[in-house]
Amino acid sequence: MTIRDRCAIVGVGATPYFKRGQSFPESEFSMACAAILSALDDAGLTIRDLDGFSIYSSSCDPASVGAELGVPEIRWATTTTSGGGGCAGALGVAAAAIEAGMATTVVTLMTLQQLNRRLGGSAVGGVLAYALMSDGGGSPYGSSGVPPSAAFTANNGLLSPGHSFAQLASRHMHLYGTKREHFAEVCISTRDNAIKRPTALRTEPLTLDDYFNARMISDPLCLFDYTMESDGAVAVITTSAERARDLRQPVVLIAGSAHGGSGRWGPALFRYFQTPDAEFASSGHRPVAKRLYEIAGLGPEDVDVALLYDHFSPMVIMQLEDYGFCPIGEGGPFVADGNIRYGTGTLPVNTHGGNLSEAYIIGMTHVREGVEQLRGTAVNQVAGAEVALVTGGPAGLPVSGTLLRKG
Amino acid sequence: MTSAFGDLTPGVFPTILAETHADQWTQPFWDAARADRLSVPRCTTCGTFRLPPSAYCFNCQQRGIDYVELPGTGTIYSFTVVRHPLHPDLAGACPYVSAVVELDGTQGAGARMLVNVIDCDPDAVRIGDRVEIVFEHVNDEMSTPRFRPVPG
Repeated sequence: MTIRDRCAIVGVGATPYFKRGQSFPESEFSMACAAILSALDDAGLTIRDLDGFSIYSSSCDPASVGAELGVPEIRWATTTTSGGGGCAGALGVAAAAIEAGMATTVVTLMTLQQLNRRLGGSAVGGVLAYALMSDGGGSPYGSSGVPPSAAFTANNGLLSPGHSFAQLASRHMHLYGTKREHFAEVCISTRDNAIKRPTALRTEPLTLDDYFNARMISDPLCLFDYTMESDGAVAVITTSAERARDLRQPVVLIAGSAHGGSGRWGPALFRYFQTPDAEFASSGHRPVAKRLYEIAGLGPEDVDVALLYDHFSPMVIMQLEDYGFCPIGEGGPFVADGNIRYGTGTLPVNTHGGNLSEAYIIGMTHVREGVEQLRGTAVNQVAGAEVALVTGGPAGLPVSGTLLRKG
Repeated sequence: MTSAFGDLTPGVFPTILAETHADQWTQPFWDAARADRLSVPRCTTCGTFRLPPSAYCFNCQQRGIDYVELPGTGTIYSFTVVRHPLHPDLAGACPYVSAVVELDGTQGAGARMLVNVIDCDPDAVRIGDRVEIVFEHVNDEMSTPRFRPVPG
């Protein structure tokens, strides 16, 4: 038994996207509620149909949302562990729950307001808190305080995800000759896709000169290699494929979904970097990709559009390799050859403008775009799109991928 | 330059954690560090080194360890140059180099150190550069490890 084609995404809802902090006086909670109601309405369903939450990164509290919106009965409430890497995988968990008869109508969502989520207050306290936050001592029921491992890394100056992904990018450049021009192509092609979209936060043209004139943040990453910070919420509704055929929208099947990764990748990314050589300069997605294709009965040659989690541009290149669109180490030349361009490339990537240029809602904008592409309603519609790949992470495990197929 | 982090020097990330929070596995590392020695746990069963020191060997799942003194030299496996301060009060430390270092005498992955590389030209650092450990004696409890280029 697999989840292949057993379930479908039938509703998509979102708030507007905002620059960081500008969604106030809305809150993460109120935006989550708005996105859920909008997604149900899109499907032709109501809150009385909703009975499950399959979320990631503990994006909301199902108990509070259920009470606020009057969900009659919650039958499923799970979150994948870790952070944004679980995004696409939460769709697979929703499908598994539905296929197993544990729930019928499951929401997956992210809501984000980065008003108070930056370093602030005491400089020392804020920076130290960030330096310690990924050290794995975070169980609310376990022993609290600073874990013994922290003293090995807290004073090394690696303070943000960008500092960490820069290590992977440097190694990739060293091993394979990947260049900053390749990162620039990811940023520029993504920006070109965002320009035509009313939802996008960054729509001014981006040139190669702009890219190379931007300030360096953490070599080899410059300003444009980093995602922006944004506010907003996106929710999608999953139900059985059979039921989906009777609902309002064209059917978008979940062909397959997988989450996880190599054990030694673990939480290592941000703190320890003890990943074996073979996977260090990678997105961590390789084992997930293999399982995903097996579950879906599809291969990279079947994918018409790829929505790849793009918090940092080099990680798009590594995902192209890990999902088999080009050999390992050849992601740079692959993008330089124009393959990921919308309209002319062999594999349009992030047709919505991605995290880099549309908005950063921790992966859910990619899910939304995958659904719109297969409904045939995308702004940058890929002609004849039948299969879309959506990914979550690179990040600490789990990372995840989902293949969506036109029903 | 004085900041919330004290007097900063370009290239040197300030010591923001000045206590070791040691347990039975990590205390020997810090004891050796106070004496300017690099001492790293090695699995008594399979010989795999592991850092940070922890309860279980990731290779053979056994718990026994010997602390082995290493020469403290190694090779830069990857790195970044942090040029934009994450907090304005860190501006005086930028640019600084944060690197992943593989230690001589170990198997590499599993025993790498993540460190601030000091006394270097950030624009000249390359993967494969040879470096050596230097301990900054913060207080009676903690000597925090940094690396610097091997002279010559």
